[in-house]
Amino acid sequence: MSDLLQLSAVDARAALDAKEITATELTQSYLDAAVQTEALNNYVQLTHDKALEMAAASDARLRAGTAGPLEGIPVGVKDLFCTEGVETTACSAILKGFVPPYESTVTSKLWADGAVMLGKLNCDEFAMGSANETSVFGPAVNPWSQSDGPDLAAGGSSGGSASAVAAQSALLATGTDTGGSIRQPAAFCGVVGMKPTYGRCSRWGIVAFASSLDQAGPFARTVADSALMFSSMAGFDAKDSTSTNSPLPDLASAMAAGVKGMKIGIPVEYQRDGMDPAITKLWEQGQAWLTDAGAEMVPISLPHTAYALPCYYIIAPAEASSNLARYDGVRYGQRIEEGGTLDDMYEASRAAGFGEEVQRRIMIGTYALSAGYYDAYYLKAQKVRRLIRNDFDAAFAGVDAILTPATPSAAFPLGVKQDDPITMFLNDVFTVPANLAGIPGMSVPAGLSSDGLPLGLQVLAGAFYEDKMYQVAKVIETQSGFSGAPQRAAGRAHS
Amino acid sequence: MSNLVQGQTGEWEVVIGMEVHAQVTSHSKLFSGSSTAFGAGPNQNVSLVDAAMPGMLPVINGACVRQAIKTGLGLKAEINLTSVFDRKNYFYADLPQGYQISQFKHPIVGEGVLTIELSDGSSHAIGIERLHLEQDAGKSLHDQHPSKSYIDLNRSGVALMEIVSKPDLRSAEQAGAYIKKLRSILRYLGTCDGNMEEGSLRADVNVSVRKPGAPLGTRTETKNLNSVRFIMQTIDAEVERQIEVIEDGGEIFQETRLFDTSTGMTRAMRSKEDAHDYRYFPDPDLLPLSVTQDYVDEIAAELPELPDDIRMRMVDEYGLSSYDAGVLTEERETALFYETASAGRDRKIVANWMSVELFGALNKAGKILAESPVSPAALGELVDLITQGTISGRIAKDVFAEMFETGEAAASIIESKGLKQVSDTGAIEALIDKVIAENQDKVDEYRGGKDKLFGFFVGQTMKLSGGQANPGMVNQMLKDKLK
Repeated sequence: MSDLLQLSAVDARAALDAKEITATELTQSYLDAAVQTEALNNYVQLTHDKALEMAAASDARLRAGTAGPLEGIPVGVKDLFCTEGVETTACSAILKGFVPPYESTVTSKLWADGAVMLGKLNCDEFAMGSANETSVFGPAVNPWSQSDGPDLAAGGSSGGSASAVAAQSALLATGTDTGGSIRQPAAFCGVVGMKPTYGRCSRWGIVAFASSLDQAGPFARTVADSALMFSSMAGFDAKDSTSTNSPLPDLASAMAAGVKGMKIGIPVEYQRDGMDPAITKLWEQGQAWLTDAGAEMVPISLPHTAYALPCYYIIAPAEASSNLARYDGVRYGQRIEEGGTLDDMYEASRAAGFGEEVQRRIMIGTYALSAGYYDAYYLKAQKVRRLIRNDFDAAFAGVDAILTPATPSAAFPLGVKQDDPITMFLNDVFTVPANLAGIPGMSVPAGLSSDGLPLGLQVLAGAFYEDKMYQVAKVIETQSGFSGAPQRAAGRAHS
Repeated sequence: MSNLVQGQTGEWEVVIGMEVHAQVTSHSKLFSGSSTAFGAGPNQNVSLVDAAMPGMLPVINGACVRQAIKTGLGLKAEINLTSVFDRKNYFYADLPQGYQISQFKHPIVGEGVLTIELSDGSSHAIGIERLHLEQDAGKSLHDQHPSKSYIDLNRSGVALMEIVSKPDLRSAEQAGAYIKKLRSILRYLGTCDGNMEEGSLRADVNVSVRKPGAPLGTRTETKNLNSVRFIMQTIDAEVERQIEVIEDGGEIFQETRLFDTSTGMTRAMRSKEDAHDYRYFPDPDLLPLSVTQDYVDEIAAELPELPDDIRMRMVDEYGLSSYDAGVLTEERETALFYETASAGRDRKIVANWMSVELFGALNKAGKILAESPVSPAALGELVDLITQGTISGRIAKDVFAEMFETGEAAASIIESKGLKQVSDTGAIEALIDKVIAENQDKVDEYRGGKDKLFGFFVGQTMKLSGGQANPGMVNQMLKDKLK
């Protein structure tokens, strides 16, 4: 059965149409793979029965000739997406036992297109973290970990999604990206992770972290699979006031077009002191591939890059401090009744329900919005945010896309950065600017570190120009010839 | 009339500003599709958004925006084509989101004006500072269980307009006139039903005192007053308290106070130091609200005639006194009743009949105008019968009482009771002859120069006719006969 796991979503879809395989077989393989790789802790819940029911329904539609674009494709769902009748916790103790009576817009669209839900995937608590270590279920493990070495971080916050897609226990997975939460774990796990333009995917039904930055996106093993899944996820939703109506560009044509004549921006500010030499080397290699394919490399400046991280760590916690106020133990989730007053109940429920990192960010955000500090922090950060966006606007006036490293390092061992939140925050240094600017960004696996760990390159494009991003990503994928073969993938003998 | 209040150390000036929360008349809530109907069972009108379930997002209700703009236009205020929704953060069990969506820095409506008229005939222009849209909270019920509070989220998310006045009010009377006028305008516009008992209209009152010409004193805010009487009582109590404190050498603290309806006094609720830090910031789930000038113009074109305009028309065109016109325009229903009843007949007589007889009878019966047994057309008909000379004014009062009692038309009452005015010369002459014959002594006195007795003869004749004789004819004929 393990050869079923090797199929890309595009190929699996073709095999389903050709009746070479059934959705039930494919789904069963993935359910088995998930059980086999249980030690990676990337699923927090396997919806076994539901998956097989959905697969049977897919098979019926395939027979009836009414199959959708994702018919029969097994998909894992980050536990931040509300799924009707399936417990949704955002990997937080405070939401334990919460079963939504509604389905998020993005997952509804996937199911409407025929996708099969495998289960809920691990992530950092409320998507706050860069190593999936803040999850109440414990960290997801990177399948690239050596069996005799320490467990490596899958990245975060969408660590479970990246780990499962890399480990072949999900063919595709949903993620959300607020400051790099799709692109960083994708790079760590050697898969393709894409954050769309802000407003492309509805946020309705996704547990909110920072509303002005949150954006859902796909995890896949190939660029083409990523495009396939993204096309299903995206679309205007009247229930999300920040959703946009802009039509999706033709991604298939873009991926077939090559990069000849394209101008690719190389931002000087992304060359950081003390960066892993392997990262610098990979970045140069990426430029060489694109030049070989006929693109022109253009040095550009994004002068406010240095301010992106501090700006992000004001805005995101500020919004989070308000977004998480609703978890008060009154209407759903965990309630702890201690002491006699309402305030006692809030304090006990929230102190027990939120982990350390979430509490830290609520405190930072509350401080940043406080009377007397608002102008110095939140308002200032919003002004900086505008400057960062202006940087990108100016850059995209002269280039079609921007190429950067996805992360400053390869995956690190779990536990080592836990006590140092600032170093942890630095993981997002290359990814955060795209969230602040609202532009699309994509991490494409492009090579291995000296330790044999995957490294990713990031492609950025102007808002609503995902086609240009896929155009460049496809060439990198082809040129790099990266073949993800993690040590602990389900397709391999022992995990 | 001076508004100054006499204290022991001299006169004090009262400064009042009001923040009125008016529930927007709309079918659904400000950011969700739930019904706003009053009187539903607990938690019947609650959507996923109102209950702040994870991942739920607000979507602005265009109908509420329209109502806010309409109200702004009715207050002759500036409409801001771009406004911003902010989050006001605080924890309470009946505030599911943990924040109220409101408008802090950029309200939808800016400065306007509202004119009040007082009983002494003076009028005052009261400045409107702003009007903004915001969500209402739910309701906490503390009396349903010995140790638990119950929460009803039916009101959670219902649209409110907060209408803030400038500190232009100078007395409880002015404040009372302000809230009444505001309610009247809202009802004319159909943007708020103004029902204070159901909580559709509530006021927070800011009061301070100062020596005339001195800088503003420290103010207190008394919250959630839901009747005109409570508003006026609060101001009187607060003014008295503040003057007393200051004159005793004390200090007024900026604080929030509560009005105790049982004692008629206010008491401190929380001080400024305890005040929440609401951590306002623009709601990232909502884009800035933009409307076009064309849209505003379209609403302006549909605006109904407002009480001030109608009042002016009644004075200018109908010749009514400003006071009568004020009474008749206070409520839209009254103005409509009057316009219908008086159309095509003597406007002043109808105005008089409405404000004296009809309102008097309604008051006595404890009824509102909508319940009047006398329709506008029926009142008009009665006035016609008077002006045509069919009945006298005095008989008309009896007829009206009968109409109010039975709901019958004036003509049929007059017919069945035989109340028609006697204008037959022969019949009146017979009556006069009888009065003269029976009072020969008085006739002699009158003829001897005692002119005052003329009224006696008129009275006797009218009495004899059962009030039905045409008084004008009686007068004329008596004068001729007694010559």
